Amino acid sequence: MGATHSASEEVRELEGKTGFSSDQIEQLHRRFKHLSGDQPTIRKENFNNIPDLELNPIRSKIVRAFFDNRNLRKGPSGLADEINFEDFLTIMSYFRPIDTTMDEEQVQLCRKEKLRFLFHMYDSDSDGRITLEEYRNVVEELLSGNPHIEKESVRSIADGAMMEAASVCVGRMEPDQVYEGITFDDFLKIWQGIDIETKMHVRFLNVETIALCH
Amino acid sequence: MGFQMLVPFGPWNWLFLLVALRCGGASSDLNESTNSSAQPELNVRFAAAGSEPAETVSVFALDYNYVQIPYEVTLWILLASLAKIGFHVYHRLPGLMPESCLLVLVGALVGTIIFGTDHKSPPVMDSSIYFLYLLPPIVLEGGYFMPTRPFFENIGSILWWAGLGALINAFGIGLSLYLICQVQAFGLSDVNLLQNLLFGSLISAVDPVAVLAVFEEARVNEQLSMMIFGEALLNDGISVVLYNILIAFTKMHKFEDIEPVDILAGCARFIIVGCGGVFFGVIFGFISAFITRFTQNISAIEPLIVFMFSYLSYLVAETLYLSGILAITACAVTMKKYVEENVSQTSYTTIKYFMKMLSSVSETLIFIFMGVSTIGKNHEWNWAFICFTLAFCQIWRAISVFALFYISNQFRTFPFSIKDQCIIFYSGVRGAGSFSLAFLLPLSLFPRKKMFVTATLVVIYFTVFIQGITIGPLVRYLDVRKTNKKESINEELHTRLMDHLKAGIEDVCGHWSHYQVRDKFKKFDHKYLRKILIRENLPKSSIVSLYKKLEMKQAIEMAETGILSSTAFSIPHQAQRIQETKRLCPEDVESMRDILTHNMYQVRQRTLSYNKYNLKPQTSEKQAKEILIRRQNTFRESTRKGHSLPWGRTAGTKNIRYLSFPYSHPQPAGRDVRVAEFTDHDGSDAEVPSIMFNTHSPTGSLQEGRRTQEIIPMKSLHRGGKPPHLGYQRNRSQEEQLGRGRRAVLRPKPLFHAVDEEFESGEESEEEASAIGSRWSTEHRPGRDLHRSHRPLLQRK
Repeated sequence: MGATHSASEEVRELEGKTGFSSDQIEQLHRRFKHLSGDQPTIRKENFNNIPDLELNPIRSKIVRAFFDNRNLRKGPSGLADEINFEDFLTIMSYFRPIDTTMDEEQVQLCRKEKLRFLFHMYDSDSDGRITLEEYRNVVEELLSGNPHIEKESVRSIADGAMMEAASVCVGRMEPDQVYEGITFDDFLKIWQGIDIETKMHVRFLNVETIALCH
Repeated sequence: MGFQMLVPFGPWNWLFLLVALRCGGASSDLNESTNSSAQPELNVRFAAAGSEPAETVSVFALDYNYVQIPYEVTLWILLASLAKIGFHVYHRLPGLMPESCLLVLVGALVGTIIFGTDHKSPPVMDSSIYFLYLLPPIVLEGGYFMPTRPFFENIGSILWWAGLGALINAFGIGLSLYLICQVQAFGLSDVNLLQNLLFGSLISAVDPVAVLAVFEEARVNEQLSMMIFGEALLNDGISVVLYNILIAFTKMHKFEDIEPVDILAGCARFIIVGCGGVFFGVIFGFISAFITRFTQNISAIEPLIVFMFSYLSYLVAETLYLSGILAITACAVTMKKYVEENVSQTSYTTIKYFMKMLSSVSETLIFIFMGVSTIGKNHEWNWAFICFTLAFCQIWRAISVFALFYISNQFRTFPFSIKDQCIIFYSGVRGAGSFSLAFLLPLSLFPRKKMFVTATLVVIYFTVFIQGITIGPLVRYLDVRKTNKKESINEELHTRLMDHLKAGIEDVCGHWSHYQVRDKFKKFDHKYLRKILIRENLPKSSIVSLYKKLEMKQAIEMAETGILSSTAFSIPHQAQRIQETKRLCPEDVESMRDILTHNMYQVRQRTLSYNKYNLKPQTSEKQAKEILIRRQNTFRESTRKGHSLPWGRTAGTKNIRYLSFPYSHPQPAGRDVRVAEFTDHDGSDAEVPSIMFNTHSPTGSLQEGRRTQEIIPMKSLHRGGKPPHLGYQRNRSQEEQLGRGRRAVLRPKPLFHAVDEEFESGEESEEEASAIGSRWSTEHRPGRDLHRSHRPLLQRK
């Protein structure tokens, strides 16, 4: 990891930015190196090396999420070509478990961030709304593992879901009102009842690893 | 209070009892022996007939002995059932106290009656009857209705808690009581260590499922309910295993001869017994799942197979001195997933209800026996023992809860808060299990058995009544983290997405977690197990099945409330609504009525045909094509252990969410697509009613068992006439239903109609369905109002 002095500073910096502990950063760094083949950056192709990911139906969305500028906080739209370790950590930080010691406001903030990540996954064209097309796309991908399901069924499901969302978000609609798509606020509304805290987290190892070069 | 509840039953109940008493009174003179088996009775009967010189031909004679046992047992069961009806009639009661309270009271009542009339109760319960006949149904029901996904997600905590908790409680209580017994002043010095340990093991058998119904009212969060449920499930097994081991010890040696080797052997035995039981259960589960694959032509034997194999697993495990309880639980869990998909709808319903019924009967009998034992002369009251037992039960439960959870919280991502732990501690309600084990203590080894029985009874009464009644307010007071389950397509989608996302991220991290374990298991399952065990193996998607389910729900609701009532169904309802909406165009009304009358006609036809051909499988009912709503009740409903059949306040009345299809077509883009769809299927509209559904797979007839949110299994209309439980629903919440029905009527949801026709004719492809729907929606523009507010979606009654 280079000279020890600058390495630990880096680590501390990263700790501060992303909230991971130094052990976790260490472990993730090893993983990053493994994925990138010891390169400083990862490209989309590197994700092909992960065998289990192949079987994931929303694989493309997941990979895309890593390169999404909105997730990387680098811009309102578009995709980056490659990401470095810091970006990798940024993405991973969306999945940190919500710390129970945080106060209510922070918890809400965390929750919003996680939901925003999800929102970006749905909203592929970055226009701030999840349109019916995009929703359909998501449903198709989710059901893509199932060869027997007809496209029409998929569409109907997406339509149904969209309408449900419309009723939740907008409630009673005027006859000539058109529901453009799910905005982020609507999205939050839909998710209000569901506790995302228990669902969207990955348990990163807390175990102390052997310090390589601290 | 019990009497107050029973009063509404009217005179019939009392009539039964009076008849019984009079007969009992009459026969108690004749019948001296308690162990009246049928044989001597039969002889007596014939002897009586033969020996008496026939003076006159008696026109009316009474022979009570002949029917005594089954007669009284039946009366008891009926009495308990009537009590339960009354219990649920008062809406607020189930939320106030667990059903065990009720059963205990009924038992006490019967006991009082029997005691009062000096009647000898029939010997329904002895060791073999209990273990062979009364216990398995209860355990089977617990295992079958267990929601698998949350269970396995929390399995580590559950095993840790249930297993170790039971052990700590048993030994803790046993040892403490032994120490108390050493004190000379209490007069207990003849109770040795083994006896105390045994008592500890049986008194630690908790029956917290009783409080789950109370929890449901307060909508406690899922993790908590799961812990309690898991504890209940495993607790019985562990207690019984421990009990048997200790009994073996007691028989084998005197206390002084027990060596460490024996203790180690005991521990090893414990593990083997547990794991062996599970192993056998799983094997039998697979066998029965496999067999149900071939039963499509004789669906009447499907429930038989399920029950017989489960029971067989229990018996085989018992033969080998393994834990039958764990075996039958494992069998039920394994079997359920595959059997559900293989058996026909009616068989599935039969299995469910029969299981509940059996377990209900068993539990009733046990409680009645408990009541009978309570009111009797065979008590030995020892203040010290009883008070200390009570105290130690609470203390040790508290210790085990807080200690074990403290440790397991370190490993959980979402630790249980202190509030949760308090609730878990407080839910340690004892039940039928403890009583049975106490009752069955062999008198030869336990000279002071009566004292044990008395103590057990006191603990049960105390926990059931005091803790049972106060736990509801406690939960509300502590404001435990609530669950917020909605059943909606969106949620299903999002949850799915999240699962995959998690798995994906974990793959990227190179992280091995239980999600991946589950993924791997699912893959294995899909690849091998399902091929072998499931008939016409077609992968099912939970999203599609949920979607269909919701559609079906709507369809049936509408049929229930709107269509079946009258031909001109829509007009009166609509007329009322039109006041408010003022938006319906006449041609909308016309077409609505057309389509619905058409559907309605179909529905009626189906009803008739079902009645005529009772068990013959409908030709249109092809297993794979059913729109299956083969789901159990919601999680909360299903965990009501045998206490009530899943009607009552069914989830449906509370949590109806159905898809809202606003008339105002939401998206311009969507609209275009719809028009395109419409033009595509233009030509095939004419053939709509007769198109076979063949080419389309049973799109998601069943879920993969991943979902735990479940709704009432709605018997599709073409099978059951008016499904009784829905009817019951209607009675209970008439306004709700009607209100919703009215609202439902107003909006011919495009896909809703599609489904209507689909399920009725059973022969429409979804394509056609959505085509109709889209035609519908494009023609009839947002003239009608989207009256449906979003309320039903979020409605929680």
